[in-house]
Amino acid sequence: MYDYEAGKLDWLAAGLPSEGTNAERPRAGDVARKDAPTCTLDERLGDVRERARTAGWTVAVVVNAERVVLGLLREKELDGDPERSVEQSMRPGPSTFRPHVDVAEMAHYMTEHDLTSSPITTSDGRLVGILLRDDAVRIAHEEHRHD
Amino acid sequence: MKSIGRDEVRRLVETGAQLVEVLPKNEFDEDHIPGAISLPLRRLEKEARATLDPARPIIVYCWDGA
Repeated sequence: MYDYEAGKLDWLAAGLPSEGTNAERPRAGDVARKDAPTCTLDERLGDVRERARTAGWTVAVVVNAERVVLGLLREKELDGDPERSVEQSMRPGPSTFRPHVDVAEMAHYMTEHDLTSSPITTSDGRLVGILLRDDAVRIAHEEHRHD
Repeated sequence: MKSIGRDEVRRLVETGAQLVEVLPKNEFDEDHIPGAISLPLRRLEKEARATLDPARPIIVYCWDGA
C-alpha cells in the first residue's frame, strides 16, 4: 500500500487532469494564455520590451531554464532603462496562482486587487501561462450565464 | 505504508495500481484524480476488502499532507 501524501491538492496544483463536476468548470490554467512572452535574467530589457510589445503584450515573465518563474516585468518595469538587464529591472518573486483555481475566483481576486494579469504556475513554480483579467472576467460571466 | 510522489503515482497507475480517494464522497464528486475510486475514511475499513483487489498495488490519497 502506498500513500500519495501530497494528495489531491498537489495533483491539481501541478495542472494535471481531473474528473468530476469541477473539472468541467474553466480554471485558471485553462484560460491562461500560453503564448505569454518570457525572458531570462541576463537579457537586455530593451530587447525584451521590443519582443513583448511586438507580440502585443505589456508584460513579460522572467524564467529560468526549467521555466520556473523568477520575476515579472509589468508595463512599468518594461518602460525602464533599455540598457539595464532583466535581472536589474524585474519585480522579483511575483504572486503566482495555481492552475486549478476556479476562473471566477480569479476574476474576483484580480478585480479586487487591480491586477491586469497574473502568472499561473504549477506547485513547482513552473510557468503555465499568464491569466489576463479581461479573459477571466469574460469567461466568469459566460459561466455565470450558463449556470 | 510507503509515501510516494506524483510521478510515482502516475507510474504505478499506468501499471495497474488502484487509486483510492479517502475524502468524503461529495469532495470526490467535485474533483478526483482520473481513475480513482471513492472510499471515504469512515467506510474504508468496512468496504476495502470487497472493493479493492489485494493482488494489485493500492495508492491512497486525501487532500494534502497536512
